[in-house]
Amino acid sequence: MTMQPTDLATYNFAYLDEQTKRMIRRAILKAIAIPGYQVPFASREMPMPYGWGTGGVQVTASIIGPDDTLKVIDQGADDTTNAVSIRAFFAKVAEVSTTTSTADATIIQTRHRIPEEKLGEGQILVYQVPIPEPLRFLEPRETETRKMHALEDYGLMHVKLYEDIARNGHIATTYAYPVKIEGRYVMDPSPTPKFDNPKMDQSEALQLFGAGREKRIYAVPPYTSVVSLDFEDYPFEVNRFDQPCALCGAEGVYLDEVVLDDRGGRMFVCSDTDHCEKRRAAGHKGTMAGGEIGQ
Amino acid sequence: MTVAGSVSHIEEPVDRPAIPAADATEEKPLLSASGVSKFYGSRIGCEDVSIDIWPGEVLAVVGESGSGKTTLLNCISTRLMPTTGTVTYRMRDGQTRDLYRMGEAERRFLMRTDWGFVHQNPADGLRMTVSAGANVGERLMATGARHYGDIRATAGDWLGRVEIAEDRIDDQPRAFSGGMRQRLQIARNLVTGPRLVFMDEPTGGLDVSVQARLLDLLRGLVTDLGLAVVVVTHDLAVARLLSHRMVVMKDGRVIETGLTDRVLDDPRAPYTQLLVSSILQA
Ligand SMILES: Nc1ncnc2c1ncn2[C@@H]1O[C@H](COP(=O)(O)OP(=O)(O)O)[C@@H](O)[C@H]1O
Ligand SMILES: [Mg+2]
Repeated sequence: MTMQPTDLATYNFAYLDEQTKRMIRRAILKAIAIPGYQVPFASREMPMPYGWGTGGVQVTASIIGPDDTLKVIDQGADDTTNAVSIRAFFAKVAEVSTTTSTADATIIQTRHRIPEEKLGEGQILVYQVPIPEPLRFLEPRETETRKMHALEDYGLMHVKLYEDIARNGHIATTYAYPVKIEGRYVMDPSPTPKFDNPKMDQSEALQLFGAGREKRIYAVPPYTSVVSLDFEDYPFEVNRFDQPCALCGAEGVYLDEVVLDDRGGRMFVCSDTDHCEKRRAAGHKGTMAGGEIGQ
Repeated sequence: MTVAGSVSHIEEPVDRPAIPAADATEEKPLLSASGVSKFYGSRIGCEDVSIDIWPGEVLAVVGESGSGKTTLLNCISTRLMPTTGTVTYRMRDGQTRDLYRMGEAERRFLMRTDWGFVHQNPADGLRMTVSAGANVGERLMATGARHYGDIRATAGDWLGRVEIAEDRIDDQPRAFSGGMRQRLQIARNLVTGPRLVFMDEPTGGLDVSVQARLLDLLRGLVTDLGLAVVVVTHDLAVARLLSHRMVVMKDGRVIETGLTDRVLDDPRAPYTQLLVSSILQA
């Protein structure tokens, strides 16, 4: 990300002007009041390209205060270019403290993962969303998808799942797996793996979703029911992994495959880097910990 | 060509045919349009049309291109709000409701459970990029079916009924011929057991030999299921083969109504006489 520190000096706290923040906060409040409903908002240009999480950044900018502690993850990792840039951006324009520790963060902005560590009351998870409309793939007309939401006309979601099973023998959707919020709105949980869907259900944390290019904000308030759609004879299942994390030995967490060499060598490690580091610091060891890779 | 369960013995001018349908004993029409007009700006789509559709009857709406057939069909099927007039429907619970005073959610539910709509162009009535099975199963899923195995079995059954080989269940309609697509569209509409199906030129885009087979299939299904059908066609042969009763339209107005055999064999309005003698069909 190219940002000139000298430019930023002239910006308001958290980059956006107060007018814009108020507008976005109103959208957020409406989103919280109608869980899962996509609220249109006047998305602003941010000093980073779309696809870098401009929706999430605008949401974070509108809710962050000087006392907040911000964590930013990208696919579970705190150290990717995207995550580092966004964290640096807010450290600069809002002078907030940042952290990689899930438990210490008051706001966590995320792309593609929910931390393994259970979130608690008072924490806010901000998702960067590329495509907010779960019905889009089968019904490209916005006028029609709006009507379908309004009328709770969600047969199409099951058509997609049906197609999945007909083609693959099982529901092959593994990311952006559709959920129903509080028995009403069907929502796209953003491209998080379906592994994380159960974490959204009855979460103690507030979950906010920002789609910059698509100009939509939606929310799941704390203690809200989030149900993954499925069929009676093909119930929702989370991704399973055959082995524990090679570094920290954790089971029941989401693993990334890491290619080690060009001879087919690979290992599976926690996608949540903070979780993995904490476990290793506490003495947990995986099969490849301490070796040439685990250092 | 005569209609199964011939109605030719019926005395004129009875406006209601004796159809051997399950609920032909019902004393009230299924759908009733009264004084329906639709203007496109100053242009007339249809004007002051009043028609009743009785349970189990096939009503053909005929007339030359531009006479207002499609406009009328859309007005009575809630796809196009009439400028004036009312359309009522007798629901399954026996209550008669004004269709244009119904909430949108209820109307949609009605349209996908108790009604069907068959478009001339199958692509308008199908999802071209999902499998045949999902096309047929969509209405079931939209109305709450949540058992994949059951949905698939029902879809397979319906494909068979419209003479599509069951092993095509996972193919997309894009890979189907025009006739197959039209049959798939019909299956997709009939899967919820509707009582009333609207069809706009259902054989319009098909080759003559394919048309004949489709008409044959349609006639069988309509009789077996005791469906009420409103079929729009400019083709009098289609009306002859499928319908019990017909209305003739000209310039947006109904100029003649009667039992199909009577209208075709003994047309009264001069315009209908011209139409039947094929002068206008060229
Ligand atoms: N969307 C529209 N806008 C303006 N005029 C229309 C529209 N649709 C139909 N019409 C006009 O209404 C009349 C009846 O058309 P239509 O109902 O399509 O007739 P048919 O189905 O018998 O061919 C024609 O004069 C046609 O040009
Ligand atoms: Mg027409």
